[in-house]
Amino acid sequence: MRPVLRLLRHVRPYWRRSVVALVLLIAVIVVDLAIPRLIQRVIDQGIIARNLHVIVATSLAMLALSVVQAVFAIGNNILSVQVGERLARDLREAMFRTIQTFSFGNLDRLNTGQLMVRLSSDTTVFQRLVQVYLRIGTRAPLLMIGSLVLMFDTDRRLALMMLPILAAVSLVIAVFVARMEPLFRGVQQKLDRLNTVLQENVAGVRLVKAFVRADHERRRFDATSADYADVSTRVMRFMSTLSPALSIFVNAGIVAVIWRGGIQTIDGGITVGQLVAFINYLQTTLGPLTIMVMLASVAAAGSASARRIDEVLTTAPEVADPPQPVALPARAAPRIVFESVDFRYAGGGDPVLRGIDLVAEPGETIAILGATGAGKSSLVNLVPRFYDVTAGRITLDGVDLRRVRLDALRRMIAVVPQETVLFSGSVRDNLRFGRPDAVEAEVVAAATAAQAHEFITRLPRGYDTHVEERGVNLSGGQKQRLAIARALLMRAPVLILDDATSAVDVTTETRLQEALKAQAGGRTVFVVAQRISTVLTADRIAVVDGGRLVAQGTHEELMATSPVYREIYASQLGGGRPDGQGEP
Amino acid sequence: MAATGTPASRGDLNQVRSAMGRGPMRPGRIEKARAPRTALRRLAGYLRPYTATFALVFACVIVFILLGLLEPYLLGVAIDRDIGARAVAPLVRTSVLLLLVFLLDNGFQALSSWLMARVSQDALRRLRLDLFGHLQSLPVPFFDRHTAGELMSRLTNDIEAINQAVSQNVVSLVASTLSMLGIVITMFVLNAWLALAALVVLPLMFGFTEFVARYTRRGFRDLQLQLGHLNGVLEETLSGQRVVTAFGRGEAARARFEQGNQAVCEAGITAISYALSLMPLTNVLGNVFVIVLVGLGGWLAFRDLATIGTITAFIAYGRNFISPLRQLANMYNSIQAALAGAERVFEIMDTGPESDAAAASAPAVTAGDVVFEAVDFAYVPGAPVIRQMSLTARAGQTVALVGPTGAGKTTLVNLLLRFYEVDAGRITIGGRDLREIPRAELRRRLGLVLQDTFLFSDTVLENIRYGRLDATDEEVMAAARLADADQFIRLLPDGYHTRLSERGSNLSQGQRQMLAIARAVLADPAILILDEATSSVDTRTEARIQGALLRLMAGRTSFVIAHRLSTIRDADQVLVIQDGEIVERGTHAELLDRRGVYHELYASQFKGKAI
Repeated sequence: MRPVLRLLRHVRPYWRRSVVALVLLIAVIVVDLAIPRLIQRVIDQGIIARNLHVIVATSLAMLALSVVQAVFAIGNNILSVQVGERLARDLREAMFRTIQTFSFGNLDRLNTGQLMVRLSSDTTVFQRLVQVYLRIGTRAPLLMIGSLVLMFDTDRRLALMMLPILAAVSLVIAVFVARMEPLFRGVQQKLDRLNTVLQENVAGVRLVKAFVRADHERRRFDATSADYADVSTRVMRFMSTLSPALSIFVNAGIVAVIWRGGIQTIDGGITVGQLVAFINYLQTTLGPLTIMVMLASVAAAGSASARRIDEVLTTAPEVADPPQPVALPARAAPRIVFESVDFRYAGGGDPVLRGIDLVAEPGETIAILGATGAGKSSLVNLVPRFYDVTAGRITLDGVDLRRVRLDALRRMIAVVPQETVLFSGSVRDNLRFGRPDAVEAEVVAAATAAQAHEFITRLPRGYDTHVEERGVNLSGGQKQRLAIARALLMRAPVLILDDATSAVDVTTETRLQEALKAQAGGRTVFVVAQRISTVLTADRIAVVDGGRLVAQGTHEELMATSPVYREIYASQLGGGRPDGQGEP
Repeated sequence: MAATGTPASRGDLNQVRSAMGRGPMRPGRIEKARAPRTALRRLAGYLRPYTATFALVFACVIVFILLGLLEPYLLGVAIDRDIGARAVAPLVRTSVLLLLVFLLDNGFQALSSWLMARVSQDALRRLRLDLFGHLQSLPVPFFDRHTAGELMSRLTNDIEAINQAVSQNVVSLVASTLSMLGIVITMFVLNAWLALAALVVLPLMFGFTEFVARYTRRGFRDLQLQLGHLNGVLEETLSGQRVVTAFGRGEAARARFEQGNQAVCEAGITAISYALSLMPLTNVLGNVFVIVLVGLGGWLAFRDLATIGTITAFIAYGRNFISPLRQLANMYNSIQAALAGAERVFEIMDTGPESDAAAASAPAVTAGDVVFEAVDFAYVPGAPVIRQMSLTARAGQTVALVGPTGAGKTTLVNLLLRFYEVDAGRITIGGRDLREIPRAELRRRLGLVLQDTFLFSDTVLENIRYGRLDATDEEVMAAARLADADQFIRLLPDGYHTRLSERGSNLSQGQRQMLAIARAVLADPAILILDEATSSVDTRTEARIQGALLRLMAGRTSFVIAHRLSTIRDADQVLVIQDGEIVERGTHAELLDRRGVYHELYASQFKGKAI
């Protein structure tokens, strides 16, 4: 329950409204409890005593009371809705703010889907918890207690008779609540499984067709679907017995009252009006019990959601600003030095990088070459502090990166990530993402250098063309070129291209490199690549293998000294033979 | 409590239930089917096999409704005839009878829900399977037109809406309607004056409900709109969070988010406040109903036109009448939503599947020359992607397709697999038009390694076995070895039994492609298609795979698409494609000699470096 309590602190700004809501709720309950008494009055002092005035006056009083009650109830509703919705808004915002401080390491562990669920359905479930408890959640138990008290007030002996029934009902409910949670969890699991199969089939439809596996998938789907149907049936059957089971006890109570109370009435112990009132109170006591079962599951669901929301809110960013940041030198191409850098991803595992020593002189272009999983991306991700080194240090013009403010550091570095992400909006908005105040000429210049200007002008509305969600209306190569233009437009003194041209064809890539070369000198560049052709023009090539820097130098130097480099070179040019003898 | 209507009535229960709803932010959907009758008829088709059970359920419903009508009557009898007449023995008899009626009533209610649970879940399972099976048979262009989210929504949300209605609300609606009818009749039989007075409340009730519902609908429509907007912003920002961080645009993202967040909050307050105000309003009417009965009943009793027992019974009838009435709107909405969902589901089921020509029959030869004859194709009419394309791949040859992104290489593959149909010209295998070969037969002969590797959330073993379902574990491992995947698989936590998380996200791109290659090896197809199969594998790994691919390609007709010239230099035939046309063809050496487009492509890759 601790996460629930922690989240409930977010209710504090609205405590006044919450208190008023609860006060109104109590007023509603008082009316609820008063009405059986008034009916009793109509029967005893009106009908039986043959007093028409009492009948009319009491009926009108009841009418007035119920109108007042409706007003109170609506007031309670509006206030609790306001509290709930604002609480949800505040929680969403708090989470969103926290997420903005996340480092890549945090994001690795909480992926987009998980965060989406926490910001949407988890928040809604928790909000409902608050709303429900500001309304019927509190009303039901208070009503029960109130009518129990009034039952005793009406007739002690009859009321005592109800206690065993109440105990039995409580027992039934306890059993249901205890068994319900695992049952519901089971349904949820089967449903998740069903959705996974569905999702895979919708997303992988080409593969299923290409391998002619429709029958196989149908069987797989039906097996999961049957599982789900079975569990659902079991749960529905279980739930369908709850309401009748409770009714039986309530009805047994009514019969007992009629029986024993009837005899008492005959004996003159109580009046007919009291008897009717007693039955009414009995129903008021036992009616909310069914709701209690539901309340228990709302609480369970709410606290599970609260835990997930709390997890986001209490996640500390792995990479944080230093307490006393050092100012960075002027915005000129800096010298970046890796000093025996080790890095491993949080959560264990082997180090990804070991003892990296690398110097990028101002204005140099350093290419990083190596096999899949060699640690190339990890290496460049350390420069903008997407992750922090686990040992050693990286300096920028002699200043340890960890002593600099994060936003200042990142403003100096333009990144073209491996996976291209575009946002919905115009092409121009996307290009200006890193520098919203760039003028048109700058935008066009950056796009031209990135070899994107030509295809942009051929788009239906040129730079104003709307980029659909995640750029689905552009080809992979086009998206990559937009991402490069976006980075160039930042005019940052450091540029990182993380395998940024993998989907661009070779001719275009060559032109792109020439354009970059023409602009170079003003910035220090890191280029991660798999293709030899991409790295040939770099000032220096660093070869990474198994997390270590195994060689560095120019193409010619490496051809002479590095067997790993020769092997890579040969594999791309020599049909797989490491002797470099090209033509077959 | 008769007077105010049960405070913890089922209306509240429904609210609590919806609070437990699992889906994402999805407030009550209020929507209508365009042709509800048709949807209803087809939906009923799924329930038809259970006619016998339904008859039984209906019988139960009739029985518990009749019993329900008896209860207040007996209550009245106990008060008037027994207590009123001070007769203890009849009171005991009435009590016992009442207890018996209660027991039977509850028993039959439980029985009907018990029976419905199985029926509804079975019917839904068949509906899901039909929909799923039909989706499987739909042509690929269908999946281009509909997003995955859209289709998922059909299979989950819409089916769930139908589930809600069928499993809970259909029987409730029938039972409530019948019970209300029964109550009205009974009331008239017992006391016509009181019955008339009670019925005055009805139109008021409907009027109020409709009035509030109109605002509620409007409110929820707005809320839904704002929620959609906010979810869009969230989805985009969060999936691009790394870029937002890298470019330091957190503040701008937050401003955009905050706007949407505030709008949702306001829309939520409006919509839900309206929706919840229906409850107190109908409560008041419920009270008015009871008060009218008590007041008028009291007056009638005063004049000896009614008895206390009758009034008590009427209050009980009133409660039984009002409480389903309050839910009618809910039930009605739920059934409307179900029908709207069913309509969308049936819309998909009415989309024509991929069909084979009547004359289609299995090809006599397993392989043969693959020939494109003057093929034209456009995804969107008027924007041709392939123009007058002719090519011949002799049996056993390797054909490399080279050209810039978007030239139409992948389209050729799509046509060969008949994911799409040619607009003009024809494609033949072993002299037979593809359209004469059943799709399943055709695809079984084609092996495919796609650019985008798709893996299932299952073990590595099963993912490879997808290539040939009856392959033994040993065969799977042999295929993995051939694809050079064995080594890294053994390093995984559970080796071949490692479960891949969603779409294999715990593997690198390169590793995923190796698995796809192993899958194709296992399938042992006559014709092999490699669409950028090694694009994400680094060149050293690729060099290792190359050998495996060569072994795989031996004796098979192969189409290889690649940017990397090193991948294709051993091809028997290289086709350079630009703008949907073949601009050059020949072997690697011939094309180099020709000093044309291919030479330029080749030279640009290794510019300035001696080869």
